[in-house]
Amino acid sequence: MHKKRVTRHHPIVRITHWVSAVALLVMAASGLRIFNASPAFAPKGSTFRWWPWEGTPVPDNLTFGGWLGGARHWHFAMMWLLVANGLLYLGYLWFKGEWRELAPRRGSVHDAIAMARFYLGLTKRHPLQGKHNALQKYAYSTMIVLGLVSVITGIAIWKPVSLGWLTAAMGGYHLARWWHFTSMLGLGVLVVVHVVMVFAVDPYALRAMTTGGYDEDRYSPEARNARPFVNLAPAKVEEGE
Amino acid sequence: MTVHRNIMRRADEAVERARASGVLDRRAFMRLSTLGIGATILSACNSAGPKSAQSLLNFATRQNEKFERWLLGENTPAHIGSVTPAGARFPTYWISDTVPMWDDAVRGAWALEVSGAVKSPRTFRYDELTAMKMETQRVPHYCVEGWTAVADFTGIPMRSLLAVVQPNADAKFVDFMSFDDGYHESWDIESALHPQTMVVLAKDGHRLSPGYGAPARVHGPIKLGYKNTKYLTKIVVMPGANGGYWSDRGYEWYGGT
Repeated sequence: MHKKRVTRHHPIVRITHWVSAVALLVMAASGLRIFNASPAFAPKGSTFRWWPWEGTPVPDNLTFGGWLGGARHWHFAMMWLLVANGLLYLGYLWFKGEWRELAPRRGSVHDAIAMARFYLGLTKRHPLQGKHNALQKYAYSTMIVLGLVSVITGIAIWKPVSLGWLTAAMGGYHLARWWHFTSMLGLGVLVVVHVVMVFAVDPYALRAMTTGGYDEDRYSPEARNARPFVNLAPAKVEEGE
Repeated sequence: MTVHRNIMRRADEAVERARASGVLDRRAFMRLSTLGIGATILSACNSAGPKSAQSLLNFATRQNEKFERWLLGENTPAHIGSVTPAGARFPTYWISDTVPMWDDAVRGAWALEVSGAVKSPRTFRYDELTAMKMETQRVPHYCVEGWTAVADFTGIPMRSLLAVVQPNADAKFVDFMSFDDGYHESWDIESALHPQTMVVLAKDGHRLSPGYGAPARVHGPIKLGYKNTKYLTKIVVMPGANGGYWSDRGYEWYGGT
């Protein structure tokens, strides 16, 4: 039977998705403005070998906040929205058990390889999947982990004395700062890949993530046998029972 | 090819429909709003953000301050980990055109006034300060810009200086003033009384040089660098906060770590 217009994402998921999109953008851009005030990780009088671009600022056009003080105000205000929103989302995942759709499990490595082979054109048929394919599971669960790392390292460099035990657990202020920066970069790369893949493979996800509407039989990448930029049009569905 | 033609046909139909009805359909709306969001992001590049957000940011700053005051424990010591002292790589900083130097011939002998909402205000001569019980601590200096520098600071704990003058019951803030072109920063008294907040006279075993705030400076790891007034002349205990050089220029007043 042809299922029509199921709600793919719960309203909590849709709202927290777009709130984190905005909050992460503001956090990353204001964070880069703060970074530019001293774009190096080494404590004064020491050297730091973990960052080849030590001392190099990022272009101003990637920053937000206008100046160091302004960026700090944005960063330290938006962080509460990001954390509250993240907790709401994670709470939803936990209590509804939906984390199972995201967490990689035994066999996911195998599935991810099959998925990659399909994307590369080595196999003809889209592998079977649940709500998300194995590559998505790895990407989304890694984003959650990186988000947690950015928040915890961020707290460690915000309060390196009041919460000195946390900063010390990360190897000190400068390493906490490096982890904060690096987890942001990792998250940024995954966000860019995610956005590109939405447009290249599943543009219908935009509607699913906004109004919630989705018709798996017509739109799902599996039904369309879609790989990046291939088979974007809805699948033909036999009408009638 | 068919896919491409299909999409083009759909797009044409959508435009045609929008033109005919005069209303945007959902797809056109989505497309336009995507463009709109993109334009908003582009125009936000390197900007300070909307003016209307300012009151919300101020609100967040006030709430953060409450939270930070609560976080600041009685005796939280600063951790330094394995970081080696910066030595001569410790940055120097002042706001005057040239490095501020106290000239006894012009201004008379330097002395530190501790006054305001206290029971017995006092002025300490330099030799009176050195005669007091001094402590040395290896702590980081956290600059608002994000760098840190570690040094061995020697000085008199602020709490022992304030104990001498006995703050009144309504004393809630302390202003640290300098002879560096009016530079000052006021603190909450809890942070001033923190065991690691000191009136520093020496760095790395040597009397402070003019670049590092001679003859005396405030230093405590629990506040960001700009809160730690150098070229100190006056400590004024107050019932209300008195802003500060950088606090009045848009940085957080609390500036805690």
